[in-house]
Amino acid sequence: MKLLNQSVKYLSVALLLIVALWAVVFYFSMFNEIKDSIDEELEYQRRLIIHNTLNDSVIVSKENFDENLYTLERIDEPTALALKDRFIDTEILMQDADDQSPELEPVRMLITAFRANEVYYQLKIANPILEQNDLIKALLWHVIGLYTILILSVVLINNFVLKKLWRPFYDFLGQLKSYKIDASTPLPQSNTNIKEFKYLQQAVGEMVEHSLNAYNQQKEFIENASHELQTPLAIASNKLELLFEDEGLRESQAQKLTETYQILQRLTKLNKSLLLLSKIENRQIIHAEEVDFNELVQQNIDELEEFASYKNIQMTLDTKGALVKTMDKTHAHTLVSNLLKNAIYHNMENGTVEIAIDDHQIKISNTGSAKALDRNKIFDRFQKHHASNSGTGLGLAIVKAIATLYQLQINYSFEDRKHVFKMIFGKS
Amino acid sequence: MIGVSQRKTGRFPILSNFYKYIWCVKVLVIEDEEQLLNNIRESLEKEKILVETAMDFDQAIEKALIYDYDCILLDIMLPKGSGLDVLRALKANHKTDNVIIISAKDSLADKLLGLELGADDYLTKPFHLAELNARVKAVIRRKNFDGNHILTLLNVALDIHERELKVNNETVHLNRKEFDILYYFLMNKNRLVTKSALAEYVWGDNSDNADNFDFIYYQIKNLRKKLNDTQAEINIEAVYGVGYKLVEQ
Repeated sequence: MKLLNQSVKYLSVALLLIVALWAVVFYFSMFNEIKDSIDEELEYQRRLIIHNTLNDSVIVSKENFDENLYTLERIDEPTALALKDRFIDTEILMQDADDQSPELEPVRMLITAFRANEVYYQLKIANPILEQNDLIKALLWHVIGLYTILILSVVLINNFVLKKLWRPFYDFLGQLKSYKIDASTPLPQSNTNIKEFKYLQQAVGEMVEHSLNAYNQQKEFIENASHELQTPLAIASNKLELLFEDEGLRESQAQKLTETYQILQRLTKLNKSLLLLSKIENRQIIHAEEVDFNELVQQNIDELEEFASYKNIQMTLDTKGALVKTMDKTHAHTLVSNLLKNAIYHNMENGTVEIAIDDHQIKISNTGSAKALDRNKIFDRFQKHHASNSGTGLGLAIVKAIATLYQLQINYSFEDRKHVFKMIFGKS
Repeated sequence: MIGVSQRKTGRFPILSNFYKYIWCVKVLVIEDEEQLLNNIRESLEKEKILVETAMDFDQAIEKALIYDYDCILLDIMLPKGSGLDVLRALKANHKTDNVIIISAKDSLADKLLGLELGADDYLTKPFHLAELNARVKAVIRRKNFDGNHILTLLNVALDIHERELKVNNETVHLNRKEFDILYYFLMNKNRLVTKSALAEYVWGDNSDNADNFDFIYYQIKNLRKKLNDTQAEINIEAVYGVGYKLVEQ
């Protein structure tokens, strides 16, 4: 849920409670105010009625609330003395202008007693008041109106003010989303004077910088480590090479040394491949020049021809167009040669390697194992598809790294019982 | 030294030891890693090469500028200075010694700069001693035998330009890999050439499959057969399980 909607949600609940509470309080206080003013009015009328009555020579009892809205009746002394002035809410039969027949209307009534000419009288004065229901209804409508207006204003304010206030945040968020740690994109930044956003930016900035440092250090570490390993590896294998020339070496010793030497060679190759991989990933050695892939592929085929014929593998090249791209020549060579070697190594006796080039792609299909390889993992590092432990498991990872560096598409598919690698250069 | 021993000692067999001493090939190895330096020295001395060493920039400059060497092996990263400055100093002093850069850095920029400054070759660590040996000899050959592009040993002659083998003046057909392998062996006469070194030489840097070894065994088998069939006076022997050695019969 968006922040904007969330805040509207909370505000609407809070406002509903506030407005409802306010309506109740308002209702009661308003009602009391009205009663107070009516009571005053009733007192005034009492004085007026008593005054008039005393002045009259003949006091006539009046039993019905007619248009004067009061009754007057004689009572005996004890009752009168016991009677205290009181205001009550009651109903009397009245006929309003718009009523057909008299009906019960709520009234405020003052009941009092007085003495005139040694006779006690009870006086009831009525004053019609608003019906409670009407009041509540009116109030409810007004409250609903108020509430609606409040919510609408909240939404509007949120939309106009909050959106404006949060703009730097969304801007920042957008940049953060598109930020890639391995690409050389600038750190996300957004212009704002709001402290919280500045803090956020600062915190995110520090975090990103920290990760970037760690990332670079890790990349450099692999490169530096493999670099540092070169000389010790050279020393160790060279020493063994010299030892093999020692006349006094026994056959059994030589056997063990041979195994050691081969392990050392594997280590050396692994290290070289790692170094190459991290160099490519660190975007080094870029000497962009025009590379003629048709020529390069032909050259690699010639290179590998004897090896292919040793395994009795038929290599065919189908040229449908000229493929010339700008690339580092060693990268281009590694790319093509790794793919071709891969196609030959993982082939079978009497198999085939078909290479097709057109103006935007190279397609290499080879026979081999009857099962498709996992296309999601095939370009991962140290993915070995054979039980043999001689390969470094980095050949295709290097291909992928070069493809990524030059934004080429490299696809694997299993079509027609053949393993197909497609290297797609954008159409130019 | 195939060519050298032919010319310098062939004509005067009695004086051969004397000439070896006088005409000794001198190589300066500039390398700060002592163990590596020892390995290189031991390997080159097996080739009857006189080896001098320098372990830092100052020693390197001193020796390189005072004496003449047939070849200088130069590490780029040196204590007290850069190997590239040694190259610049040689150039400034009009010294034309052959220089092979040996560097742990496999950087094209460094390679190009080194070659531009007059180096003859660039070898990346780690390397096989056989590879170093072949490179050193190739560089010296180019200097001492201008125009001579035929490697000869007994009744075998390998024409590097024409990529052709002649045994007893009879042409023997070799495929591309067989030729490469024989050339490598001739450059490493009587020395161990490990299968790894051979595979790397034949396939380049990215050879990383055991299939290579079977393939190389197969090529060597064919090569041996061809040498045997044509009564060549050289033979390729297996050395334990680790590699091969070209020997005179």
